[in-house]
Amino acid sequence: MRLEYFQMIDRFVEINTGERKIKAICKVPTESPIFEGHFPGFALMPGVLLIECMAQTTGWMVSVLTGFTGLPLLVGVKNAKIRNIVLPGTELTFEGEIIHEGSGYAMAKCKGMSQDGPICDADLAFRLAPYPGPEFRTAMVEMGKKVGIKVPEPAK
Amino acid sequence: MASTFDTVANIIAETCDIPRDTITPDSHAIDDLGIDSLDFLDIAFAIDKAFGIKLPLEQWTQEVNEGKATTEEYFVLKNLCARIDGLVAAKTA
Repeated sequence: MRLEYFQMIDRFVEINTGERKIKAICKVPTESPIFEGHFPGFALMPGVLLIECMAQTTGWMVSVLTGFTGLPLLVGVKNAKIRNIVLPGTELTFEGEIIHEGSGYAMAKCKGMSQDGPICDADLAFRLAPYPGPEFRTAMVEMGKKVGIKVPEPAK
Repeated sequence: MASTFDTVANIIAETCDIPRDTITPDSHAIDDLGIDSLDFLDIAFAIDKAFGIKLPLEQWTQEVNEGKATTEEYFVLKNLCARIDGLVAAKTA
């Protein structure tokens, strides 16, 4: 994780397109400028960044399922729960599932866990937006490869 | 068995907290009921699930944006329900 760059996912360890499920590993850094403010003298992983972890986990799965045809924008978060605090250095696992692929949108569920138990869970909604340009899609594909996303070959 | 309109109206009422008795077949989802595009995603999700279909929202949006169709054709509820019935019939054909 590089929190200040919003790079939340270290790597994906499972991607099951048939069941539309995905699993990511994310290790919270021991140091980050974010911890200087959240909180001074008591560093905690911000809850909103746990939401972001769930959004990125399932957002990548939307990209996989839609063949990188657009950018999944987070447009809704429901039933979000932060069940425990997360300290620097904690390794987190996020398990996501796309529960519905609509026309131009997708609905997902995701939960985060540490070795001590449940950390967070939420229902997430995505709208598929056009990429701003082909270069952006290429950059997303390259970013995905770095975290273990298998990118489908473009249609010929 | 509930009609398509009753099912859709109930979905809209529950999803958007709109009094059920104000929703009629002639209601325009956007202009009359004030449903925005984000709320409509929740409605589309519920309709997709209820009828086992996939509302072609991207196609409809494109047609409206290109002036090939009016919003009334898709978002007046009686017209929306007719399209849902068509999608259900096509699925079972």
